This record gives sequence, structure tokens and C-alpha cells, in this order.
Amino acid sequence: MSAALGKIKGFDQRFLVIAAILFAILLPFFFDRGSSFMDDAVLALAYVVMALGLNVIVGFAGLLDLGYVAFFAIGAYTMGWLGSTFYSQANGGEGVHLLVTGAAANLPGIHVNFLLVLVGAIILTTIAGVIIGLPTLRLRGDYIAIVTLAFGEIIGQVAANGDQVRIGGIWDKTLGALPLIPDLGSEATLTRGKLGISPVDKIDLPFVDPFTSLDIRSWYFVALGLVLIVLFVNVRLRDSRLGRAWVALREDEVAAISMGIPTVKTKLMAYGTGAALGGMSGAFLGSYLNTVNASQFEFIFSIFILAMVILGGLGSVWGVVIGAILLSFVNSWLIPDVLNGLPGQLGLDFDLTQVSFAIFGFILVIVMILRPEGLIPERSRKQEMHGIGTGDRAGAGSDVELGEAR
Amino acid sequence: MSDAPIRAEKVTKVFGGLTAVDGVDLELRRGEVAAVIGPNGAGKTTLFNMLTGLYRPTSGRIRLGERDITRARPDQITALGVARTFQNIRLFPTMTARQNVMIGRHSRMKAGVFGSIFRPPWVNREEREAEERAGEELKFVGLKADLLDRTTASLSYGDQRRVEIARALASDPHVLLLDEPTAGMDPRESAELAGFVLKVRDERKLSILLIEHDMKVVMGISDRVTVLDHGELIAEGDPAAVRQDPKVIEAYLGRSAA
Repeated sequence: MSAALGKIKGFDQRFLVIAAILFAILLPFFFDRGSSFMDDAVLALAYVVMALGLNVIVGFAGLLDLGYVAFFAIGAYTMGWLGSTFYSQANGGEGVHLLVTGAAANLPGIHVNFLLVLVGAIILTTIAGVIIGLPTLRLRGDYIAIVTLAFGEIIGQVAANGDQVRIGGIWDKTLGALPLIPDLGSEATLTRGKLGISPVDKIDLPFVDPFTSLDIRSWYFVALGLVLIVLFVNVRLRDSRLGRAWVALREDEVAAISMGIPTVKTKLMAYGTGAALGGMSGAFLGSYLNTVNASQFEFIFSIFILAMVILGGLGSVWGVVIGAILLSFVNSWLIPDVLNGLPGQLGLDFDLTQVSFAIFGFILVIVMILRPEGLIPERSRKQEMHGIGTGDRAGAGSDVELGEAR
Repeated sequence: MSDAPIRAEKVTKVFGGLTAVDGVDLELRRGEVAAVIGPNGAGKTTLFNMLTGLYRPTSGRIRLGERDITRARPDQITALGVARTFQNIRLFPTMTARQNVMIGRHSRMKAGVFGSIFRPPWVNREEREAEERAGEELKFVGLKADLLDRTTASLSYGDQRRVEIARALASDPHVLLLDEPTAGMDPRESAELAGFVLKVRDERKLSILLIEHDMKVVMGISDRVTVLDHGELIAEGDPAAVRQDPKVIEAYLGRSAA
């Protein structure tokens, strides 16, 4: 009986997923190639990728990460460094071109094919994820949040002040002297601070014309492709040995380590994977937004993405997708385009966009009160939130104090 | 050197000013069921936590066969073939019984990030085998088939104990440590469990060390008994002799009774 029900449910779910993907593929054909809706939709998809990445860290592994913006930044800078005229003195001013076509092929600076940039962003953010993971391994809960928050801030500060950091000299003396690696010229700096690296190369894929900012439809399909890849990664990881180990660590670290789960390695895998997904989205956004700018990488962005995950349901893949799309559209459409004049009509002297984060906070509070497990809760979270099963553990005398366990 | 599967040599654990375990020597012999008994606070669980790597001894060594595991991590020790259960059952409450036992297989499986994402045939096979093994272990410990896919939070206390033992067995141990396996059981259940411990030992060729308060169980199934009091080893030997030991009687009943 229950098995039959499960089957029907499983069938329904598969049908829903296919329908949603078809809908997402057909959607852009009902809108103008350059419409603002398409612009909002591309941003929403990029945020879905980020939210699903953060979901691996916070939702699956239960490690509260408040510095996720760092991976957006590193991904975006990878795009900026490897796909713009920013290092215009590179290779003696002739530029470096790797598998690029169109306008970028004749410009100075470093220009690398988007797919390779994506790979580079994944590698760099994975390393960054592991580095941020290491100091948090002995910490729990709130303390992890504090360390990751600090890491996000550090990356933000480095981005903002990187225009003062000349890397050219050192680079040319060390790495630039190696074969295949170009020198950057002595004027090269790490970032361009709040001015931003701009313009950034448009996505350039094999067999397709280089993208333009007028035709958003092609950007949409690349973003959708990233979403599908990241969805696949999320679902596969959730239902795997690793996914089980993350749940186990989340629920009872002492029992998990005693059953043979190496905490360090398992947690670092969560950080690394989550970071890599954020880096992918970061590289995409760097190109799409056409600027890599320190003011993009502020703390509030981490909270924005975290809010999507919490709204949708921690650990719930489909919930997070919904949460990200909803909050993204609230941010880029509902507040600025629809409700922005509301305070003015009520005789108040401010725009709604000025308080958009207050609105997100308000939404979160409402969700926490009415539906703390999120819109589409993951099964086990639902139980945790409603106190089934975990109550016993909190009260009972513990075999091991966690400070003592290693 | 004896061929003791696991042995503590002069282990001491100090927490702040409190010496929880004080220079204890303990040896588990191959194929035996040995019990550690002692009043509350005697240091039994602390000793277990040192044997399984959750605590690092302040001094002394832990050996697994010839191997020094004093500084090994708990997950490494599990991979070397030591499994345990906990005094206050520590299952993963929102996972099903089957998933809990599959966690026990973790150290025998290999899939990492890429294996889990791309699922080459060996990963699917490994996963299927773990699932089958979990089913077998749960059947072995006597969990009813219709409870396999229920979350463990919804299982009865006795069934949770069973799942915890199944989870430990799934890791292919050769040493099994049971921390008060009969806690909270009525006499009939305790007797049943005692029989089960012997069955596990014989069918799986295990060496079993258990902490136990139920003297009937201890006397019934242990080959040897070690008695701790205030962190110190006060008696050791076969159950009948230990029961007569005046120091043991004193530890349990106080000086006047001795």
C-alpha cells in the first residue's frame, strides 16, 4: 500500500521535474530577446546556482556559512582576470588569447574561452572553500558562522583595496618567467577596486556566435544549463554515501565519527563543492553583468543567498530552487518595478528599494514563524523543526562532550 | 606479546583536576566476551572513549593487535575494525533504520565527490551492496522487516538498540564494544540480549567488550570481568572470583558491608 503510494508520488515528482524543465526551456520564446523580464530571469537562474551551492554547505552538511559572497567574488574575478582588457600590458601589450573569437581576439589583455574560465573559477573557488573550511573544522554552529563571515569580509576588503596591490613585479619575476604563463607588466594590480574591471568579455562558446548584451536569450540558456548541471550535482550528492555522511555529521558528530566518517575530509568536501558551484555562478555573473566590482561583494549578498536557502528549505534541492527564484524576482522586479512608488503614494519620503533588505528580513521572520522548515521542506529537517526524534538527545547525559572529541 | 585484539596499557585520563581513569591495564582476548563493571562514575565510558579514539589518553597506550592506536582518530580506528554502541543510544534520528546501518558501512565504501556525482558502475554496485548488507544486518539483529525504512526516531527503545548494534556490525569489526547494551531493558529483554551477544560472538568470530550494570547478564555471559572504581582497576578475573572479592563488594555496597 505505502509502496504503491510511493511509486505514484515518485512518478508525480518526475513528471513535475520534466514539466518544470520544459517550461524553463520554452519560457524565453514568449519574451523579447532584450526584455527586462529576460534580464531578471537570467539573474534568477544565476542565483539559483549560487543558492544550490550554498545548500551543499549549509543544507546538506549543516555548516552555517555567512561568507558565501567570497566564492562569488573569486569566481567573478577569475572571469575578470582571464577575460578582459584589465591586464592590458600582458605579454608586452600584445595580449593573450586562448580559444576566443570575435572582438576579444584582437584586444590587448588576457582573453580565455569562457569554458576554460569556468574551469579556472571552479579550481580557484574549490581551493578557497577548503581554505575557509580548515579553520572551522574544530568549531560548531555559531562559531563557524563567525569565521566564515570574517572570511567573506576579508575577500571583500581585498577586492576593494586590491587596486593598491601591485602584483605585476612579483608575478613577472616568478610565474611570468615560466613558459606558457604571460607576464603582466609592472603596472598590474590585483583588482580594480570599486571602479571595477569592465568591460568583461562576453561568453564565447564553440559553434555559437559570441554573445551580446542585446540578446539575453542566449545568456538565459547558458544560465539554465548551469542550473541543470548544479541541480544534477545536488541531487546526486544528496543520495550518495557522501550525502548520508553529511546528514550523519549534522545530526550527531560523535556518532558519525565513531562509525567511521572522517569529519575533516567530509566537511571539506562540502565546503569545496559548495564553493565550486558558487564560483561557476560568479564567473557567469562577471561576464553577464559586464563588470567585476568590489561593491558587488558585500556581506549582504551572503545573507541574500542564505535567505533563499532558508526560505526554500534547508537541504531541500527543489525548495532552494523555488526560494532563489522567488527572492530574486522580489529583489529585481517586485520591489523596484512594482512596489517602489508605494511609500511615496503613502506620503513617505523614501523608495522601497532603499529598504529592500528590511523586506527580505521581514519575509524571513514570517517564514520562520509560519513555516520554519521552509517552503518545500526536506523530510528530515521537517522532523528536526518539529522536535521529533531529536528531543531525547539534547536532554540525555552525553557520552562525550564535543569539546573533548576530536 | 599476547595476541590481544585490543589492549589498554596504563591508560590515564585527566579532565581538569579529575582523574577519570587512572593507570588502567585492560586486555580483551581473542574470541572472548569480557565485561567492565563498576559503580557510576568509575570511568568505564571514559575508558571506552579512549579505546575508540574519542578521547586521547593523558598517558598510556592503546594497542590494536601490535598496532599503536593511541593517537589514531575514531574513524581510523573504526576502519581498523573496532565498532561500538553508546550508552544513550546515538542513532541518526531522522534517517531510516536502513540508512543508519549504511552509515556503518561508510568506512568500507569509497565513493567521493566525483564518484557520487558521476556514479560509475562500481559506485552503484557499492551502494547496492551496502543497502543489501544493511538489510541483512537488521534481519540478523531481529528488526521486523516492515520497520527497515522507518526513521529510527519512530522506533521503540528496544528496536533502536537493535539498529545500533546492526550499525556497528555493518562496519565489519573484529572488536565490538557495547556500552550498557541492556540499559533500560526489562529482565526478559536483558536475558534475550545476553543470548544475542553470545550468538554475535560465535557467528561473527568477534571479541566483545561490554560495560554492563546488570549482574545477571555479566555473570551469565562474560569470560572475564574487570572492575573499575574511581578510575582505578580494583579487580580482574573470572566472574565468580570477582563477585567474592571484598574490594568489589566494598566498592558497590560501601565499607560496612565488606
